[in-house]
Amino acid sequence: MLLETVLKTAFILAVVVGAFAPVITWVERKQSAVMQDRIGANRADVFGIRVLGLLHPLADVIKLLTKEDVVPLGANRFMHVLAPVIAAVPAIIAFAVIPYGATYRFGEREISLVVADLDWGLLYIFAIGSIATYGTVIAGWASNNNWSLLGSLRASAQMISYEVTMGLSVVGVFMVFQTLRLTDMAVAQDATVWLFGVLPIPMWGVFLQPLGFVMFLAAAMAENKRPPFDMPEAESELVAGYFTEYSGMRFGLFYMSEFIEVVVIAGLMAAIFLGGWSIPFLSQQTIIGGVEPFFGAGFATLLCMALHVGSFLFKVIVMIWLQMQLRWTLPRFRYDQVMDLCWKIILPLSLANIMVTGLVILAIQGVA
Amino acid sequence: MSETFFYLFAILAVASALAMVLNVRNTVAAAMSLVVTMIALAAIYVLLEAHLIAVIQIMVYAGAIVVLFLFVVMLLNLRQDVFPPTRQRFVKTLGVLAAAAIGVGFLRMLPGSLPATQPLPEGFGGYRSVGLALYSDYVLPFEITSLLLLAAIVGAVVLAKRSLD
Repeated sequence: MLLETVLKTAFILAVVVGAFAPVITWVERKQSAVMQDRIGANRADVFGIRVLGLLHPLADVIKLLTKEDVVPLGANRFMHVLAPVIAAVPAIIAFAVIPYGATYRFGEREISLVVADLDWGLLYIFAIGSIATYGTVIAGWASNNNWSLLGSLRASAQMISYEVTMGLSVVGVFMVFQTLRLTDMAVAQDATVWLFGVLPIPMWGVFLQPLGFVMFLAAAMAENKRPPFDMPEAESELVAGYFTEYSGMRFGLFYMSEFIEVVVIAGLMAAIFLGGWSIPFLSQQTIIGGVEPFFGAGFATLLCMALHVGSFLFKVIVMIWLQMQLRWTLPRFRYDQVMDLCWKIILPLSLANIMVTGLVILAIQGVA
Repeated sequence: MSETFFYLFAILAVASALAMVLNVRNTVAAAMSLVVTMIALAAIYVLLEAHLIAVIQIMVYAGAIVVLFLFVVMLLNLRQDVFPPTRQRFVKTLGVLAAAAIGVGFLRMLPGSLPATQPLPEGFGGYRSVGLALYSDYVLPFEITSLLLLAAIVGAVVLAKRSLD
C-alpha cells in the first residue's frame, strides 16, 4: 500500500516536475518565437547537439544554480528564504488529488491511479491554492523594496478575488456530476450522451458546462499571475514585481512554481472538463470487454490503463498549449480591468450559471 | 497514530499562537504565525473527521482573512514605536487575565461533562451532511447571516465611497 503510494507520487513528480515543467519553459520560448516570427531558443549546445533548443532548460538550471544568491540589505532574511518555498510547495502537492487513470482490477488487487482519492478533492485544491498566495505576499514584503511591496499588494488582492470566482465557476460542475471527488467526476464523464437522439457527444464537463469552462480557465490563469494577468509581476511598471530582489535558485523556484501551476491547471481542467483519462466513445468496459477475448484479462486491463494515461497526458498537453497560446496572444490588462473582469463580469456570470444549471437539473428531474 | 498527530498539531497550534501574541516587534511575522495556527487547527479538524470545516478553515481563515490582515499591515507599515509602551503593558495584563479566566472556566467544565463516545453517523463532516443540515434545519440562521454580510458589504462600500467623492 505504502509502496503503491510512493510509486504513484514518484510518477507524478517525474512527469509534472521532472518532464512537463522544464519542457514548458522551452515551449514558452518557442511559442513566443512563433508568434513573433522569430526562430527562438536554439543556442544551448552540448558537443554540437542542439535538438531544437531542448537543452535550454538544462542550461537554465545550471545558470540558476551557479548564480549568486542575494538577500537585500534590510530584508527579513528568514521570510526572504521562506517565501519561494511557500510558493512552490502548494503547486507541487496540488496534483495529489488529480486522477491520471481509472481504477483497474488485476485479479484480487485494485489499483486506482490517483495519489489521494479524497471525497473533497476539488476543495483540497482550492485550499492549497489559497495558501500559495502567501509565497507571493511574503516575498514582496521580505524584500525591503517598494516595487516588490507594490507587486505583493496587487498579488494579494488579485489572488483572493480570483479564488472566489474560480470556486464559483465550477459549482455548476459539482451540481451536474453530484460530487466533489475528482475520480468520480472522471468516471461520470466516461460516458456518451445522445443529443436530440442523433448526435453522440462525450459526457464531458466542457459540453455540459461550457460557460464554466471559459470562466474557470480565465480565473485559473489570473490566479497563476501569468500574462495577460501579470499585475503582481508587471515587468513594464514594477521591474519584476514581487520577485525583483530574488536571484539564483530562489528566483528559479518562483519561476518553476509558475510553470508547475500551468501543468496543475491543465491537469485540473482535463479532469473536470475534458473527461480526465476517459477516451471519447470508448468507455472502460468497452475497451476491456473488446480486447479481453483475444489477449486475456490482464493484458486488456494493462492496455486500457496505458491508453487512459496516454489520453490524460494528451489532454494535459492540449490545455498547456491553450494557456501558452492565450498568454502570447492577448495583450496585458490594466489593473482595474483585471478587477472589473473578476467582480463585474465573471462573478455575476458564474452566479447566473449556477442558477440556470440548477433550474435545468430540476426540469430534467421533473421530466424523468 | 491519530493521537500522535493530535499532539503534534495541538503543540504546533499552541506554540504558533503564543508566537503570534508575544511577537510585538514584527507584525508580519505575527500574522504568519496566525496562519500556522489556522493550519494546525485545520489538521485537528481533519483528525476529528470534520473534513469540510477543515477545508473551509484553510480556505477562508488561512487563505483569505489573514491575507487581508497582511494587506493592511503592509499598507500601514507598522513599527514598534506606533504602540505606546504603557498602554501595551495594560493590554498585556488584561489579555493574560482574560486568558486565565477562560482557562479556569474551561477546566472547571471538563470533569464529568464529556459524554460517552459513539460511532460517527455515515458521511459525518462531509460536504453532503453539512450542506443538508445548513439548508434544511438551519436555513433561517443561514439566511440571517447572509443578510448580515450583505449589510457589512454595503456599509464598506458606503464608507469607501465617502472618502472618494
